[in-house]
Amino acid sequence: MISESTNSNTKSLKKNRSSLQKKETFAAWFFCALPLSFLLLFLVTPFIIAFVISFTDQRLITNPNLPTQFIALRNFLRLFNSPSFHQALLNTFIFAVVVVPLQTFLALVLAVLVNQKLRFINLFRTIYFSPVVTTMVVVSIIWYFFYNPGEGLINQMISFISFGKLGPYGWLNDTSLALPAIMVLSIWQGVGFQMVIYLAGLQGIPEELYEAGRVDGANTWQQFWQITIPQLRNTTIFVIISTTILAFKLFTQVWVMTKGGPQGATKTIIVLLYEEGFKMLRVGYASAIGVLFFLIVLAVSLIQRIYLKEERAVT
Amino acid sequence: MTSVDAMNKNSQRFLFRFRKNLSMILNYSLLILIALFFLFPIVFMFVNSIKNNETQIIRDMSSIAAFIPHGDLGLKNYFDVFKQMPFGRFMFNSVFIVSSTVFIGLLLNSMIAYALARLRFKGRGFILSFIIALIIIPTEVVVIPLLLMVNRIGWLDSYQVQIVPFIVDAFSIFLFYQFFIGLPKSLDEAAKIDGANPFQVYWKIIVPLSKPVFATVAILQFLFRWGDFLWPLMVTRGYEYRPLPVAIQQFFSQDPKVWGDIFAFASMVTIPSLIIFLLFQKWFLRSVASSGIKG
Repeated sequence: MISESTNSNTKSLKKNRSSLQKKETFAAWFFCALPLSFLLLFLVTPFIIAFVISFTDQRLITNPNLPTQFIALRNFLRLFNSPSFHQALLNTFIFAVVVVPLQTFLALVLAVLVNQKLRFINLFRTIYFSPVVTTMVVVSIIWYFFYNPGEGLINQMISFISFGKLGPYGWLNDTSLALPAIMVLSIWQGVGFQMVIYLAGLQGIPEELYEAGRVDGANTWQQFWQITIPQLRNTTIFVIISTTILAFKLFTQVWVMTKGGPQGATKTIIVLLYEEGFKMLRVGYASAIGVLFFLIVLAVSLIQRIYLKEERAVT
Repeated sequence: MTSVDAMNKNSQRFLFRFRKNLSMILNYSLLILIALFFLFPIVFMFVNSIKNNETQIIRDMSSIAAFIPHGDLGLKNYFDVFKQMPFGRFMFNSVFIVSSTVFIGLLLNSMIAYALARLRFKGRGFILSFIIALIIIPTEVVVIPLLLMVNRIGWLDSYQVQIVPFIVDAFSIFLFYQFFIGLPKSLDEAAKIDGANPFQVYWKIIVPLSKPVFATVAILQFLFRWGDFLWPLMVTRGYEYRPLPVAIQQFFSQDPKVWGDIFAFASMVTIPSLIIFLLFQKWFLRSVASSGIKG
């Protein structure tokens, strides 16, 4: 009975296969149509426009007497010769070069700490993660207060630790200290996110590896270097790349705390893009910044692809 | 001899236990110290938001007194914020914008991911690689041309300008796709034999089985969207459609700065997201963890 009924079912299925396939194709396009058109309209179109207008002198509000003109590579040439673009590029790179390794390292240390089987460990995980759910604008405001150039909390702490020998510093008013000051709060706010990613990585390492290590007489330190670190390779690549891209997007903290100052000491690529595109209304020029920014992000991601491929080839 | 042996054993055991306790104490001290580092700015904000006296806040700022609720305490700063600004409006704007983006996004992103993961049709492979390629485009690259576009169609200063462009998100689609592809194929087949069409399969079989990925995408999108700053800064003018992050930044940049009011405002921005986090704490950590499993 059962086999008969399934037989007849498959027969009718075969008969209806083409109509079923048609239905499926129809359903698939129904499911795809709206999301795809959103992506095309609000992501692909502006992305293409960004490339196109980066070769023009397009402005946000067009002047009917001065039509937008094609100016070839002039925006890019101007950028390459612009001291403020050099400064923005340099600041952004310095920020990334300091923050990315430091934050990745701290995230790993925190993950190892909260991966212990201890009582209340969940409480510590929650606390370490809590800055991530605190909006960056709020974080920037609180730290702005801490960085008060006179009697601020940070100055007092430094003065206390150094027995009054160091400080007071100007922090956000000091061209050499403003960017490091922003680095500290950025790490404070963001490290919990990478910690959780590392924690998942740590928990994915099979326990047998450690047992084998212990049988071979490896101590905790050796186990960490020879088992944990290699096993976390993919996680580390992911954390480094995603933190790098986030670091290049640096904007909110800077805009709230210093608006790029003092004297451009905290001006970043996105701050420049915002100023040129939104304040100066030079949309074409700002788009050229956007295009260069995209190329940097693309290069970073391609490096990730290459590393991940190497990894696959080895195993 | 035996008593000496026993004594040795005892002292060894004592030493072992002592060492274990000591390392436990050191361990917890370190964990607590780090916890203080992560907590102090948040505690500081709450404590100073309930100090009614502005000069006391300034007087306290450089000592441990900044962290101790003392002196004239109350909710005066909170009332001040409500007197000066339509705080309720800002809160409504943020909640409305973020929840519409997240909820409509859950539906649309999971729909296309379902089609890509579970249905056979021409162009499937192309659309999939196209969407994965789109993940790499940062919002920052498209904001300027997008501003040009929305300016032309008169969307500046509105809710839709902050919602519509961000509903469909390539990374969310990818997360859904990865989850859907892992569900057993026999589920759809069985439902198809029972005469279910793809819409019914999606709604009655896939969606109920995929609660974890829906939670993940919802939480990640909430985290990113709640803190959005650059785009709303560009597209909102008056207070009508302004979300919380832009509102507090503008409140903060007015001089002279009244810190008690600023901290009260900041606390009110932080409390909702902190409560949501504490309620769904496990889900948050799980979601962030699964955002990293890639490639």
